[in-house]
Amino acid sequence: MMHDYGSFSFDSKAEVLERSKEYWNPDKTQFWSNAGVDLVIDKREGYFLWDMDGRRLVDLHLNGGTYNLGHRNPEVVAAVTAAMEQFDIGNHHFPSVARTALAERLIQTGPVGLTRVAYASGGGEAIDIALKSARHATQRRKIVSIVKAYHGHTGLAVSAGDDRFSKMFLSDRPDEFIQVPFNDLGAMERALIGRDVAAVIMETIPATYGFPLPEPGYLEGVKALAGRAGTLYIADEVQTGLMRTGELWGITKHGINPDVLVTGKGISGGVYPIACVLLSDRAGKWLTEDGFAHMSTFGGAELGCIAALKTLEITTRPEVRSMVHYIADLFGAGLAEIRGRYPDWFTGIRQNGVIFGLEFNHPEGAKFVMRQLYEHGVWAIFSTLDPRVLQFKPGILMNDALCDEVLDRVEVAVQKSRDDARTGSGTAA
Amino acid sequence: MMTVDTARAGHMLEQAHWAARGYSTFDAATVQRIVAAVADVAYANSQRYAEWAVQETEMGVVADKVRKNQACSKGLLEFYAGQDFVSPRVQVQQKMVQIPRPAGVVLAITPTTNPVASVYFKVLLSLMTRNAVVVAPHPRAKECCADAAGLLGRAAEEAGAPIGIVQVVDEPSIPLLTALMKDERTDVIVATGGSDVVRAAYSSGNPALGVGPGNVPVMVDHTADLKAAAERIVASKAFDNSVLCTNESVLVVEESVSSQLERAMAHAGAHVLDQESTDRLRSYMFFGGHLNTDVVGKDASWIAEQAGFRVTAKTRLLVAPIESVLPDDPMTHEKLSPVLALVRVPDVQRGIGACRAVVRIAGAGHSAAIHSEDPRTIMAFTAGVPVLRVAVNIGASTGCSGLGTNLAPSMTIGTGFVGGSSIGDNLEPAHLLNWAKIAYNADISAPMDSFAGLDPAHAPSGRTPAYPMASNATHSSISASALGARVEAAVSSRLPHGATEQFRDEIRQLVAEELSQLLKG
Ligand SMILES: Cc1ncc(COP(=O)(O)O)c(C=O)c1O
Repeated sequence: MMHDYGSFSFDSKAEVLERSKEYWNPDKTQFWSNAGVDLVIDKREGYFLWDMDGRRLVDLHLNGGTYNLGHRNPEVVAAVTAAMEQFDIGNHHFPSVARTALAERLIQTGPVGLTRVAYASGGGEAIDIALKSARHATQRRKIVSIVKAYHGHTGLAVSAGDDRFSKMFLSDRPDEFIQVPFNDLGAMERALIGRDVAAVIMETIPATYGFPLPEPGYLEGVKALAGRAGTLYIADEVQTGLMRTGELWGITKHGINPDVLVTGKGISGGVYPIACVLLSDRAGKWLTEDGFAHMSTFGGAELGCIAALKTLEITTRPEVRSMVHYIADLFGAGLAEIRGRYPDWFTGIRQNGVIFGLEFNHPEGAKFVMRQLYEHGVWAIFSTLDPRVLQFKPGILMNDALCDEVLDRVEVAVQKSRDDARTGSGTAA
Repeated sequence: MMTVDTARAGHMLEQAHWAARGYSTFDAATVQRIVAAVADVAYANSQRYAEWAVQETEMGVVADKVRKNQACSKGLLEFYAGQDFVSPRVQVQQKMVQIPRPAGVVLAITPTTNPVASVYFKVLLSLMTRNAVVVAPHPRAKECCADAAGLLGRAAEEAGAPIGIVQVVDEPSIPLLTALMKDERTDVIVATGGSDVVRAAYSSGNPALGVGPGNVPVMVDHTADLKAAAERIVASKAFDNSVLCTNESVLVVEESVSSQLERAMAHAGAHVLDQESTDRLRSYMFFGGHLNTDVVGKDASWIAEQAGFRVTAKTRLLVAPIESVLPDDPMTHEKLSPVLALVRVPDVQRGIGACRAVVRIAGAGHSAAIHSEDPRTIMAFTAGVPVLRVAVNIGASTGCSGLGTNLAPSMTIGTGFVGGSSIGDNLEPAHLLNWAKIAYNADISAPMDSFAGLDPAHAPSGRTPAYPMASNATHSSISASALGARVEAAVSSRLPHGATEQFRDEIRQLVAEELSQLLKG
């Protein structure tokens, strides 16, 4: 069967994989083959993906929330399609209608104290802007993040993250980028005590680390310590924002008004890239001093702004917020039931809204589960920096029938993965 | 066409679906508490919404709307007191057990003529039967209806109902209504309104309980207590200025008692018109065979003045004598105003014929009334006139709607197969649920187990849905409600949701155009 995609075509999936190895990324391509996840995504719609082989998968990975509203959400697609009659990326040097409209909406719906928006083409760049802004505002150089942090792969963002990704490119800078253990306020206090730290950057719930939950009071404590040390608090809400915790921004559930908030991924509904940095007056000082100081041709692309405006409008509908609470309730109860049947294997559930980290009793447990889920029609990914934990990320517009179906599939996969882990078969990659 | 409004309305249905799922597990005591709380609030606001409805729609009479609002709140509660639409029913004799299964999401389309009473009615029926309800009010009554539905919804949630159990479309339009009716998340449509709306409901592809229009004949024979009949007919026509679809449209009277009845009616506040005034009234009230919707629910004296003649301010009803019931005369059609056509007939048999002719024009399966002391006549009348309820010796407006009779009190009158409807009764709670039946082997040798005390329903343990607290939240940390308040405080402002003003204006214009044809509601 020919796979014709209009401007290109392939004879088979095997051919794609072969050429992917040849021209794109041999190691990554091979990795997934070894992991038993031979996925090449073809059609996509709502919360479903179809492999080139025609197999349907429920997407519970959502690229970290990029597909919060589902793939090719019809409202977002319609907004962008209509906009393409008039707009393109725009000219980043000039004021723009779309950038202005989105900035205004972000500030109106955002935490108190954030007053301006800077744009990036992706999350990593947005994190870089956040860190640069903090450095400029404080005239300090140091950045504190947590051990196993993940904020993207651009210049400063990668240095703030786990050295798994920085060392290789000689981009680790331990003197400027200090890492402290998560949920350890003492360590945080020691890191900030010298009053020489520009910013603490925190994901509200660290995604790539498997969504370990901040202990009650931890983030509040970090914010207080930062305030005392003259250090800015940067909330990385790339994965925890956009209603995934049942509120637009997860950080507001902690009563924290951050100095900087970063959003990316799902902000534009997965149809056009954009990321945004919301800055307080203090953090955004450079915007009144030298507005050309950070530039990015694609940052704030107007089509992205339009996608983001629509996404924000959908996400902030009161009905949608309520739906997220229902979905969270249903999955919370359903997963707890399944866990009750496999307590030795399925050892814990971390949940805040529709953000879930599922813990399994094996150092690479989530890889076994991921593989069985994949066999049983669900795509969910292990946590790169803690493969014991499966990231389980239902979409915020999922209907109850699909939630029920997913739970049925999870039950089977949990049981089978337990057997796999026992016998050592279907080994994790 | 997907607009912001239709997309958001789809999300309303989705949320309602979640709410219905939760609510369908609630037990009888909880449901009763919720229904009572909502009925209380509705009742307490009867006056306010009666005034608001009259002001907004420019139809009807405040005092009568108050009565309808009361009947559709406390009245309903009392009428259905002791009836249980929640608990299983064990039928030992038949070796069966029945378990109620609510419809799910009820899409309640409410008319402009009985706006808030219909909202009360449909919301309470839905809640009694553990359904969620999305109210789509008539655009001409949207403000009072949206406010009332919102109030009832808040009362329900405060009493423990799932969040989103009652919702309302605050900017109704034809495209939006069409989208809602066709949406697969709608489980049943309860449509009251113009026949176009009802037909659209039936052709939506979703189950629908739609009811056809009325055109009510009332017959008075020589056995009737004429004074009482006259008073009842006048009061019924004056009730809310005839906006109930059960109001009398054509009076058919036996010649031998006609002048006596007319005198008694005049005494009760009716004004019997002469030929010239009748002609003026006819040409004002109808053009091209269509009702001038300006007259709907207006006072008799106002209508007379518009038509070009004067009656005293105290006149409650205009009576327009016509020669015979032929469809060419628009006076034989539904008028929804305190105007009553009058036909004199030689005998009962021809009276029944005239009433059949009225219903042939419009109103099949709907309502009729008779004032008579002769059961044979009443029987012959009912057998002969194809309607599904005949009010005897009482006004039709209220009597056929179950106010003052033992019919189910209802703002939605089933017109049955003959009237193009799937229900023939006054809409009641039973129409909004099905029963799952457990059926045992009927053979005497197969025993049936005892189901005493078994009930799949239960009281909810807290808010539905629970607020999404982090799973490691401790009891000493913050409560869900405090957390909600904290989030509110942390967010600078919530924007008005939905469309921009300009977009809304466009929609408004579109709606106005489309609605001008079927405003009769
Ligand atoms: C929390 C967090 N921050 C930042 C990023 C970087 O975003 P991007 O991949 O768009 O550069 C990611 C990406 O996974 C992320 O998860």
